[in-house]
Amino acid sequence: MSRLILDLLGAEFGVAVTRDPDGLPRVAPRTSDETAAALGLAHRHGWRVRVEGRGTWMPADAPADLVVTTTGLDRIGSIAPADLVATVQAGTPLRTLAAALAGHRTWLALDPPGSPDRSLGSVLATATAGPARHRFGPVRDHVLGTTVATADGRLVRAGGTVVKNVAGFDLTKLQIGGFGGFGIITEANVRLRAMPAARRTAVATGALDPLFHAAQAIVAAEVDAIVIELLSPMVTGSADWRLLVEIAGTEAGATSELARARDAAGDVALMPASGGALGVAAGQAFLEGPVSIRAGALPASLPDIADLVVEELGPGRMSLGPGRGGLRWSGTTSVERIRRLRGLLAHREIPVTLERAPWPIREGAGHFGELREGVAPLSARVRAVFDPTGVLVAPLEGRDG
Amino acid sequence: MSGADPDLVRALGAIVGPRWVKIRDAERRTYEADGLPTHASVPMVAVLPGSKAEVIAIVRLLHERRVAWVARGAGTGLSGGALADAETVLIPLTRMNKILGIDPTARRAVIEPGVVNARLSEAAAPFGLGYAPDPSSQAACTIGGNVAENAGGPHCLKYGATTAHVVALEVVLPDGSLATLGCPQGEPWGPDLVGLFVGSEGMFGIALEITVRLEPVPAAVRTLLADFGSVRAATESVGAIIASGIVPAALELLDQACVRAVEASIYAAGYPTDAAAVLLVELDGTRAAVEAETMMVERFLTEAGARTIRSAETAEARARLWQGRKKAFGAMGRIAPDLVVQDAVVPRSALPDVLDTITEVGRRYDLTIANVFHAGDGNLHPNICYDHRDLALRERVHRASKEIMEACVAAGGSITGEHGVGADKMEYMPLIFDPTSLATMCAVRRAFDPAERANPRKVVPTRYCREWRPEPIR
Repeated sequence: MSRLILDLLGAEFGVAVTRDPDGLPRVAPRTSDETAAALGLAHRHGWRVRVEGRGTWMPADAPADLVVTTTGLDRIGSIAPADLVATVQAGTPLRTLAAALAGHRTWLALDPPGSPDRSLGSVLATATAGPARHRFGPVRDHVLGTTVATADGRLVRAGGTVVKNVAGFDLTKLQIGGFGGFGIITEANVRLRAMPAARRTAVATGALDPLFHAAQAIVAAEVDAIVIELLSPMVTGSADWRLLVEIAGTEAGATSELARARDAAGDVALMPASGGALGVAAGQAFLEGPVSIRAGALPASLPDIADLVVEELGPGRMSLGPGRGGLRWSGTTSVERIRRLRGLLAHREIPVTLERAPWPIREGAGHFGELREGVAPLSARVRAVFDPTGVLVAPLEGRDG
Repeated sequence: MSGADPDLVRALGAIVGPRWVKIRDAERRTYEADGLPTHASVPMVAVLPGSKAEVIAIVRLLHERRVAWVARGAGTGLSGGALADAETVLIPLTRMNKILGIDPTARRAVIEPGVVNARLSEAAAPFGLGYAPDPSSQAACTIGGNVAENAGGPHCLKYGATTAHVVALEVVLPDGSLATLGCPQGEPWGPDLVGLFVGSEGMFGIALEITVRLEPVPAAVRTLLADFGSVRAATESVGAIIASGIVPAALELLDQACVRAVEASIYAAGYPTDAAAVLLVELDGTRAAVEAETMMVERFLTEAGARTIRSAETAEARARLWQGRKKAFGAMGRIAPDLVVQDAVVPRSALPDVLDTITEVGRRYDLTIANVFHAGDGNLHPNICYDHRDLALRERVHRASKEIMEACVAAGGSITGEHGVGADKMEYMPLIFDPTSLATMCAVRRAFDPAERANPRKVVPTRYCREWRPEPIR
């Protein structure tokens, strides 16, 4: 089988076909059309396809007949600084993109967990936003349009390159956080921001409760921060929790907002810190546990939910967003524990999304777990539009406890 | 009287009470158009449910009887999207107007679809909160309609359109089944079906309960009004402001034709009538940030050639500066009996050239085109004045509209930024989407509505919907 796949792919793609470490045929298409052609071939032959990015986030362990990697899709098509839009192939590492954007005094305001070399496509497909979601919103808010290769080899374009657009159904939303179940994102038009003149970071250290209350006070004071995030002791390798506050703007504006944040924090001392380094280290820390989940909890419930998550899943690295809500946990856990946590949190209208895990856990628990009544059949019908015969190995659903 | 099957009328009456089933010609004609005067169609019957249970019962009945239907909010839409024909039942949701709850701590509200946009902000004001999307029709339009259209408004430059503010939806699908999408925090809970539903123009089902994000009312707001000797200078100042990293709450431009219409109307706002363009800039946030940004923006405006800059801080003075903008469409009613409010988007950097093209198109077709638009996000609203009784004029309006759309698309833009495709823009969809993408949109629609009975024949031209269908699920 593997020989046949190699031959057929070789005829179509030439040098781009290799074998992965497990001996699976692996193709690295360089264009959207080539990606669609590879999937079309898989669809016609009934091969199951594993999609990989740059191999820094999701383990490359899903059973499949063929691996399609986006590493060949690594070109930045265009950067339009005046319009604050860039068109980028999905396999482009974030670090490469950030460097290119910096040359135009712009940036993509996404700071996802994981390696700086993560591909853009990985961040979009898993919708893993970092602390900057406080100001800039979830991943979906950064994407103006996508080009997607469906599992049966069609190329579908949705959205566009302008910041405001309601033409047609918003199919882009399915790709963002779709965990590869709705086709392969080959290219995205992303929304940029002008680089701020100044960035200031401050950190407070202590127990969760006082830091959480200080964070709530900063939120209530409407401090114009881009980040307000709580990091658990294991994230920073210290004995205490940390409250990270980051402000961007003009020199004068950032200084005065930081002063307001300090006032609002009261007895909790916010000390100046080097923001970039802490943010990158915190993001990388989430790679240390093999499993990473996020829970859609409202801000007020975060300390309670954090306790519950640790109780159910075990100790782990955690970050909490006291402004927009949301909790991320990473550590070592099992399918049964994830199922039980989901069962408990579903009663509180809190979904738990499995962001990263070894294959047996992804297969057992599913990225989304059990979808609610009415949603599961709808989701299956929508998915069939993009993958009519189940070519893409993407375990979205699972049974909850 | 309606040609509706008397048995269907009786069955609908049994659900909502006979007084809420509208079958007389005069009653049905109330619903023959939305805010766009170029399309009209009288529904078979209009049925007005007063509760969630009634909506569900109606949808189930129509599913059983295989009757097509169209949901409607306040009818302020500008794409002919909520029109129903003689074979189709119209379901206005204006009686579903209850605010079911406001949670000030979580900054969330749960509402029925017929709640009027401005009413939600009024209800949230005592908590220091507001609902950010503010379409020009906010005093009348419903949030259910906003969800269907993914409505915008001046303040979505900073705060995002409706899709950024809806976190959860309880929906009835066209087969009468129910689904709860999303969660109060905003995490999608599965694939992002909330994001997919918002902007689906009434073709995926009816939102029965909508959970939205509320935003704190900013501590300080400053509105600046600058007037320019040329439209190009005004749009260049927009580019400079955005490139600086400042994100104004709103950045609105009115051209001379529009300013003159406003100033000649009861909505006169004191705009200088000799200006080629008037730019409204609103800054909000903390007092210190607003002061700092005001100084920077004033500098950009002056450098770009602003002749005068007025500044307002009190709510009353700001309302006066805004009045001309908010009432511009009404004021233009004075110029001609009918007005087509067009909607298109271009990259900001293309604004000056595209506006020149629009002026040229107007001249060539001998039409009065006034521009009032969201300059910050490149969302144009060319307003074409005409008289619907003049058939030749109508044809010129149609051809000019098409040329304007083509120019916007050629500049890298889109055919609609906030009004939706509806019936009006279907013919332009192939300008921006290839047949495969259009066919996929149709297929996704069939995942929600296999029988294609919810708001039939809108958004995607039918010929594209027959090209590809998924194989059955294994």
